[in-house]
Amino acid sequence: MDFLRAASLDDALATKAQRPDIAPIAGGTDLMVGINFDHIRPSGLLDLTSVPELTEWSESGDVVRVGAGVPYARIISELGERLPGLAMAARTVASPQIRNRGTVGGNLATASPSGDAHPALLACDAEVELASTRGTRRMPVTEFFTGVKRNAAEPDELITAVHLPRATGPQQFAKVGTRNAMVISVCAFSVALHPDRAAVGTGFGSAAPTPRRAVEAEQFLSGELTSRGMWADPRPLPDTVVERFGELVAAACAPIDDVRGTASYRRHALGVLARRTVRWTWDEYSIGRQTCA
Amino acid sequence: MNAHGNAPSRTPQDLSESITGGVGESPSRPDGNLKVRGDYAYSSDLWAEDMLWGATLRSPHPYARITGIDIARALAYPGVYAVLTHEDVPGDNRYGLKITDQPVLAEDVVRFRGEAVALVAADHPETARRALELIAVDYEVLEPVTDPKRAAHDETLPKLHPDSGRENNLVRYQPIVRGRQDVTAEVVVSGTYTLGMQDQAFLGPESGLAIPAEDGGVELFLATQDLHSDRKQTARALGLPPDKVRMTMSGVGGAFGGREDLSIQVHVCMLAMHTGKPVKMVYNREESFYGHVHRHPAEMHFEHGATRDGDLVYVKARMYFDGGAYASKTPVVVGNATTLGTGPYEVPNVDIAGWGVYTNNPPCGAMRGLGAVQPAFAYEAQMDKLARALDMDPVELRQRNAVAQGSVLHTGQQLDYPAPVGELLERARKLPMPPERDPAAEPDIRDLPGGAANTTHGEDIARGVGYAAIIKNVSYAEGADDYSTARVSLQAVGGEAVAMVHTAAAEVGQGLVTVQQQIARTELGVERVNIHPNDTSVGEAGSSSASRQTYVTGGAVKAACEAVRETLFDRAAAALGHTPPDLAVVDGKLVSESHGVLADVVDVLGDGVIECTREYHHRPTYPLDPETGQSELVHVQHAFSVHRAVVDVDTQLGLVKVVALDCVQDVGKAVNPDAIVGQIQGGATQGMGLAVMEEIQVSDGLIRNPSFTDYLIPTILDTPPMKVDIIERGDPHAPYGVRGVGEPPTISAGPAVLAAIRAATGIDLTHAPAGPEHITGTAH
Repeated sequence: MDFLRAASLDDALATKAQRPDIAPIAGGTDLMVGINFDHIRPSGLLDLTSVPELTEWSESGDVVRVGAGVPYARIISELGERLPGLAMAARTVASPQIRNRGTVGGNLATASPSGDAHPALLACDAEVELASTRGTRRMPVTEFFTGVKRNAAEPDELITAVHLPRATGPQQFAKVGTRNAMVISVCAFSVALHPDRAAVGTGFGSAAPTPRRAVEAEQFLSGELTSRGMWADPRPLPDTVVERFGELVAAACAPIDDVRGTASYRRHALGVLARRTVRWTWDEYSIGRQTCA
Repeated sequence: MNAHGNAPSRTPQDLSESITGGVGESPSRPDGNLKVRGDYAYSSDLWAEDMLWGATLRSPHPYARITGIDIARALAYPGVYAVLTHEDVPGDNRYGLKITDQPVLAEDVVRFRGEAVALVAADHPETARRALELIAVDYEVLEPVTDPKRAAHDETLPKLHPDSGRENNLVRYQPIVRGRQDVTAEVVVSGTYTLGMQDQAFLGPESGLAIPAEDGGVELFLATQDLHSDRKQTARALGLPPDKVRMTMSGVGGAFGGREDLSIQVHVCMLAMHTGKPVKMVYNREESFYGHVHRHPAEMHFEHGATRDGDLVYVKARMYFDGGAYASKTPVVVGNATTLGTGPYEVPNVDIAGWGVYTNNPPCGAMRGLGAVQPAFAYEAQMDKLARALDMDPVELRQRNAVAQGSVLHTGQQLDYPAPVGELLERARKLPMPPERDPAAEPDIRDLPGGAANTTHGEDIARGVGYAAIIKNVSYAEGADDYSTARVSLQAVGGEAVAMVHTAAAEVGQGLVTVQQQIARTELGVERVNIHPNDTSVGEAGSSSASRQTYVTGGAVKAACEAVRETLFDRAAAALGHTPPDLAVVDGKLVSESHGVLADVVDVLGDGVIECTREYHHRPTYPLDPETGQSELVHVQHAFSVHRAVVDVDTQLGLVKVVALDCVQDVGKAVNPDAIVGQIQGGATQGMGLAVMEEIQVSDGLIRNPSFTDYLIPTILDTPPMKVDIIERGDPHAPYGVRGVGEPPTISAGPAVLAAIRAATGIDLTHAPAGPEHITGTAH
């Protein structure tokens, strides 16, 4: 197996164009497990850890570009205010050692339904930046996941970054696992309030073949908040609205029974997470508005 | 020939480093710092020049007939030195701890998914792995037997071991009856309880290095719980006399019962002898799940009858244990479960029966607390159920029925040593409780159920408290001649008297390494005590299991030290010309009360060495009557512990945070009190894991979660602070009065945690582990 180290993005893209079957590696926290257990045998590894375009984040206007190789530990320590949902998701990834190595780019490449970053990316309308020698394109993350562990990147493309709008309201992420740390999600949910456009974003993981948004729940809640004038004049969310939001999130999922949990539990738990996290975000929004006023 | 003449290179470690402290003190482990720093050499770190790597081809089917094996392509693969099948087993192609029923390599049938079929030796582990794929095995797949209860009673199922002469798939059936069998009671509670398959989850996978010897034998460096048992089985399979198979203990990365059965032993020796080269084998985590036995899953039906005042009248129990494809320790599991199945309580009328069966599920065998863990979940759930039916405090109910010294158990055995169960319960009840959760305070989410995953900020949290009291036998039982051997020498080195202790007793993390030195230091009155590496050049020690090593190997070291001391006294008396009374060794000097300091030990020793080897046999035990289960003395000793668990449960998500898990245990005599606290905390963590998360999920004979990604064990965020209250009520039959320590906390912790979850939720949980789907009613 060849081990190639790319010195620049152009170098990496040229290699990927020549050898589309090569496996890009950043943290290696998932890829190397697969190789060690002989589940995958790539013809070679393309080390991306020295490519500056991938290992930094930057801000342009209201949009934050997070290089695909920025480890979770840096997202937690450097982007908590700008991207609170993603940072909260990053905090639930594995152990400190893994968070020092693992990256959002790797999470996207694996495209597992249980990837911790995905619900937060979905709730914030993130875009995935893909590059090849043919050029660079950006794709809504909703279109990126095409099936269980499948994504929309072409064989000659590298995932180079994600772009997320800087948070304009509270965001939350919660994950159910069967132990209290270092666990793969049984199901996960993220919600983001976007008061700048009177919108609500959601994302859930491990409860459908791909990570998904609960679009009806988003529309229901933003509709309620708008029609009740609550964006400008926040009052406590009525229990009926919270209940309905939870029901719609649960209805949006299509879970299966597997070793980590039953479909029935996942549907139930997603509803609970949706109700709790929407209250947390709304309470935070309400307090924030009161403080501003 | 000594095994150390061509010892493989290993990273440096000095386990002979002497510690300080005698019996009752708490010296630190000599290997503790090495392990914390990552410098300790485990058996997977073994290395020899020019060595090959071994790999094992395993059956993908739980039950199939082998109709052909073609090794030609694998053998032709560059870098491959050997491809071996059952035809290459030099001796008897059978092994087993209790029943010799397992082939070293499968012949015409495979009986579980993961059964070893062929071996490869190659110049690189990856080469060996690829060669495995080139071995073509033709299987005729058969319908597996997977339901243990059917396996016990349905005579129409295929007989999985037809050569054994058995009419059915029973490994052992044992009833125990005592008192009246037609008895009724005023208050009756019953329940069916099930237990999942637990893995030992030792962190160091199966591994070893075999080196062919010039005398036609083989040296094996490995991690095991019992060198001599391994040697006996390995020599038989290799067709060698035992003295041609020499084994040396290498660093053990945990055991917990999972290293009692053979794994790599015969395989790696076969490859080494066949190729004439050193061969190393290391399983990866997935293979490890297939390569060792697990804890028996169980289905248990219990009925308890009591008077309205809360006196137990009868216990009826039917218990089924799935032994999987091979017997391993299934007979012992049935014996322990039935003899301990009433719990630490006096019950006048008992009707208990246990079945251990063959199926095509993964083989099950020894794991910490074997056979005692399963019924404890059932009888302790029953005691809580009975307390509710009686509207009685659950601790009071237990105290009312607790055994004590002099009690007669349902086997007819009278407890002729302290059995302070009532006192343990009283002390557990009085331990300080953790502070109540303050709902007004901003919580640290890591203290809440769900922990760092941010599932609750305090919503829907209910607290519960649960107690469990348990009983466990110590050492081998049912008539086994249980003994250990120690060789102790004393000589002057550099002007200082130095003792050397040599046993084959496996240090598997339990702390025997300090215990042996402490005993020698106390008995010989010298400061410097070294431990010889464990190997088969000394007599048998038996297995590091059944909480027995401090008892039996401790007893052997004590006896050998006493013999060395007597010889020393004889020499001193000869030199002095008389035998002073009250002779003793203190701080390297021979002293007597009447004559004061008589001589330096070093001077008495001169250039000579005093060396004595002694065996220690515990008092005899007796088998169970096959029909009534009665026995004069089935167990040499019983141990008791009580746990109190405090849990917070997220009642909506079914997630659990164990807030406190406190233990009171009688240890007879605490030889190393700090090490005992560590054992109790570790054991409790393992028991808690079984209560809330640890289960090998098996369906259709296949393990669905053979990885640490999906077989979860507790992290530090799942493990609460633990108060440990040790009491010492010495057993007059045991050396120093010691009582086995390692297993009881593993048994009592789990039922206490489940009791606490039931108390918090009001849900009648009957399966361990209790997952979120059980607590929220979404299991189906």
